[in-house]
Parts: sequence; structure tokens; C-alpha cells
Amino acid sequence: MAIVGSSATALGLRMPRPRSGARKRKRAARRAARLFAYTLVLAVFLLPLWSMVATALSSATSKLGSMDLIPNGLTTANLSSAWHFGIGRGLANSLIMEGVGLTLQLTVSALAAYALARKKFRGAALVMVAIMATMMMPEEVIAIPLYLIIGKIPNPVTGGTLLDSYGGLILPLVGWALPIYILTGFMKRIPMELEEAARVDGAGELRIFLRIILPLCKPALGTCAVFGFLMIWDQYLLPLLVIQTPSMNPLTVVVTSLQSSQELGDGVKLAAATILMVPSVLFYLALQRYFERGVLSGSIKG
Amino acid sequence: MALPTGVREDATSSRTPPTTGAASGGRRRAAPPFRGSRRGGHPFLPWLFLAPALVFFAVFRFWPTAWGIYLSFFHVRPYLGNQWIGFGNFTRAFSDADLHSAVWHSLIDATASVAGSVFLGFCLALLLEGPARHLRILRTAAFLPVVVAMVAVAELWNSLLFPGQYGAVNSILSDIGLGPLPFLSSPHSSLATVIGVQIWKAAPYDMLIFVAGLAGIDEHLYEAAAIDGAHAFQRLRYVTLPSLKPITTIVLTLGVIRGLRVFTEIYVLTNGGPAGSSQTIVPYDYLQATTNNDIGYASAISALLLFATIVLTLLVRWWRAKVED
Repeated sequence: MAIVGSSATALGLRMPRPRSGARKRKRAARRAARLFAYTLVLAVFLLPLWSMVATALSSATSKLGSMDLIPNGLTTANLSSAWHFGIGRGLANSLIMEGVGLTLQLTVSALAAYALARKKFRGAALVMVAIMATMMMPEEVIAIPLYLIIGKIPNPVTGGTLLDSYGGLILPLVGWALPIYILTGFMKRIPMELEEAARVDGAGELRIFLRIILPLCKPALGTCAVFGFLMIWDQYLLPLLVIQTPSMNPLTVVVTSLQSSQELGDGVKLAAATILMVPSVLFYLALQRYFERGVLSGSIKG
Repeated sequence: MALPTGVREDATSSRTPPTTGAASGGRRRAAPPFRGSRRGGHPFLPWLFLAPALVFFAVFRFWPTAWGIYLSFFHVRPYLGNQWIGFGNFTRAFSDADLHSAVWHSLIDATASVAGSVFLGFCLALLLEGPARHLRILRTAAFLPVVVAMVAVAELWNSLLFPGQYGAVNSILSDIGLGPLPFLSSPHSSLATVIGVQIWKAAPYDMLIFVAGLAGIDEHLYEAAAIDGAHAFQRLRYVTLPSLKPITTIVLTLGVIRGLRVFTEIYVLTNGGPAGSSQTIVPYDYLQATTNNDIGYASAISALLLFATIVLTLLVRWWRAKVED
């Protein structure tokens, strides 16, 4: 008898059995229990986020700590006061970080992965070990010395150092082992024949990289893009140390610099947090397929 | 005969080469591995491609790491010059009661939040695994906390867990007869509350890992178990759990190592308080470097944390290699 692979068999809950009245009742009870569990999941994981949006859209009179499930007098008052307190500038800074940082991160990682996956050379194993070793020195652990080093690197634009500049905010995020690891694994599985054929046709190294290898890596690049986006979007400790000019802070720092007050309630702060939430949720929903693919490899090696 | 689930596709397709069946193992082995004399095969070429990454890693990872270790032997004094104090910062760290409690909190936080989110993630995966459309939608909805920035999550729960009776969670609790809880505002419950928030954010991620793991279990195992008369719980105990054991140990151990370096949630939710009851290593380190302006001591704490991370990672690797043999 075929057992159709589904949640039911994985759970081991439902097996084909002769039907009777008692079984039917049992089934109905199970169905009800499942529906209850689904509701509970939504209430626990989605409702808090929804209440944040609803409170952010309420008129700015709610008591401190009270949250709405239905916007209380739908207004954008909280959003516009959040905007007034510099959220717009923070959003722009975060988007600049994403635009420049993610582009650089993906470019640098793809180049490195190409060498590691497609070339055999003396020292390749050592390079791989060095790159993997950086996973043991994440930003949080080396934040303080990293901040000091950023203060030593000259900034060609201002003449000062990278402290308090976009460069100091973005450049430390470019080298990341995870996308190199994912892309190297993926590129290794592209057959050499494709490359050989192009080489016979006279294609140069850069051409092979750009025209053959990169287009085939699109799914892996998608995975890396989602992980990279979230990693940059989440940045908090480093900007806290590196940036002194308030107008250069990314959105995360601006959100926590807003204070709740008795008069405004939590509305403004939650409006700011909502603005912080929306782009990453949209980005995730757009690239969800790639993300789910990467979770397994990413979680194990990240 | 098993239906190919969407998750199964997702889990395996990244492992498949992106070409149409041309990549059988045999053919790959037949291809010439590398010919240095060929066009484009110059020995410097790989290094040209690697150079940008290596520069970024050298400047922003290895240099700070080395610099931090170096500074941890100094009393760092701006403008006055650094003063060599040998292991002074380290002996201070070993007798610093505040650091000890921070380390202790970090250990509790890391193990409890990872154990909690793995357990909850496993339960969620059992509930929501499957190819059906409504399950996919539910999984996506439950997954959203993962992608929301930690700062937004922390601010949200700061409001939801408002300690007074008007607080959103407290008003629900009093509806079912549980008095208002102090949550983050009491030294007895602050760390536990932070752990709860971390579990809320991390459990759906673990769910996705387990969903992929469940989809990868051979259906025949369930079939065989069913024929042998195993009931639901026995199938869970003797088929599902053993199949997921490798992935679970990896998620658990690496999660704990990662959990030792949390900063944002502590800093935003409690800032280590009240009265240091939720202070952990990295926020304490940050406090030493900024408020107390003691860079040397902060560097020593970072160096110790780095050392612990490396030792733990190597231990896990060694242990996994031993188990897998």
C-alpha cells in the first residue's frame, strides 16, 4: 500500500484505516486540534508583528504599553512624526549600505569562489582554511579592535579616517565567509566541459566567469543576496561604534534613539520599527525560494 | 511514490548542478582537472580573483583580531601612550565579579535560547511540514520574525511586555487570571524574558531546517514501522528523531557558540539591567570600551571570548569527526 509522503506520515498521525463512527469522531477531533494549533501559531508569531503595524497606524493617543489590534483611528500621524525625527534619513542610509555593501559583498565573494572552485593552485587549501577561520571572528567579538582599526585607515575622500564615514560603515561588511562558502560549493558542481568548450572558442578567463559561470550561479547568488541583505540590514553594534554624526546612522540606530514618552505613547517608536521591518520582509518574500534553499547549508556552516 | 514536496525541491535543488543532466560523476572525472599551461591558466590568475576578498579579510578581520590580542596586554591611555602591563588585564578579568556574572548569563542565555528554539522549531516543523498550500502559507507567516531586524523585534517586545497592567501581554494574562508580570523590569525575570524573545525570533528558523530534514526522511522507514505495528508516538521516537539527530546536534552546538556573542537584544531590551541581571559578555565588553573608556580591558575580554569561540568550535569539529567515523 502506498503511503503518500506528507505531513501526515511524517507526523505519524494518520494511517489508512477502516472507517467507523468512532474513527470519524476521532478524525473530527484531530481536525479541530490541528485548526487550534494553526491559530495558536499565527497568534504567537504573526499577531505581535501585526499589532506593531496596527499601533503604528493608530492615532497617537494610546497609553504607554498598550497595543492595538485594529488601528485606533487610522492615521499616519505616528509615521510622519517618526519621519520628522530622522527615520527617513536613517532609511536612506540603510539603503545606501545595502546598495553598496551587498553589491561589493556579492562581487568579491563570487570572484573568490571562482578561484577556489574552478582552479587548482598551490595554497588553495590554506586560503579556504583562512576564510573559514574568519567565521570564528565575527563582528561582535572583534568589534572594539575593529573600531580602532577603522580609526587608523585613511579616508581618501575626507582626508581623515574611515571613522564616522560611509566607508567605515560599509567596508567591514564586504568580506564574509558564508557567501564564499555557498558559491564555492555551487560552482564546484558546474561541469568543466562547459568551460572547456568556451575556452576552445577563444573565450578569456573574465569572459568565462561573467558569461558562463555567473549566469549558472543565479540560484546560489539569490541565496547569498538574501543572507547578505539581512546581515547588513541587521547591523547595529558596528554603526553604534563607528558613526558619530547622527544624520549618518542607519535605520536600526535611529529606531533605538527614539524615546517612548507619556504623551506620544509607543506609537512613534513602533512606527519607526515598522519602517525598519517592512523592507526586509518584502525582500524576503520576493526571494523566498532562494532563502529556503540556503537555510540548510547556511545554518550548518554559518 | 512519495509526492515531491515543495520543500524537498528546495532542499535538494541547491545541491544539483544547474545544467540539464550533463553532470554525472563519471563525466566530471573524465574531464581534465587542470592544465596550467593552457590559455588563462597562469599561476597568478587564481590569486587575482582572490585578491579583493583576501584584502577585505586581512584588513577587517585578521588585523583587528591581531590588534585586539596585542592591545589586551596594555593599559590603553589616549594621548599618554600605551603602557605594557603584561597579563594585568587578564588577571583582572579573572577576578572581575561583574564579568563572571556576565559570562554566566551568556552561558545560560545561549543554552536556554538555543534549546528552546530547537524544541519549539521541531514542534512547529511537525505541525507545519508538508506540501499543502495552507501549510506553506502558515510556514511563511510563522517565519516572518526571522527576517525582521533584531532592533525592531526588541522594540516591539519592549512595548508588548510593558510591565504595568495595561501592557499588551499583561492584559491578556490578567484576562486568564495571571496577575501582571514584571517581565524585563525585574531582576528575577529579565534574563528569562530576553531568552523568550530570542526563542520567538529563532524558532521559525529552526522550523525551516527541520522541515527540510523531515522531508528528507525515507518514506519507507515509516512504511516499515507501520507494518511492524508501530503507533504514532513510536514512529516519532524510533524513526523521526534518530533521522534528525545529526542535524539537531549541529544546530544545537553551533547555536550555543553563536549565542555567546549576542549584543543587540540585550542592549536594546534591558541594557544589561536591572542591576546587571541580564548583562552578557559582548554588551559588558562594549560598556568597558565606551562608558568606562578602558580599551585595553575591553580588548582582553574580546580576546578571551575569541579564544573560547575558537576552542569550542574546534572541539565541536573534533567531536563531530569522531562521531561520524
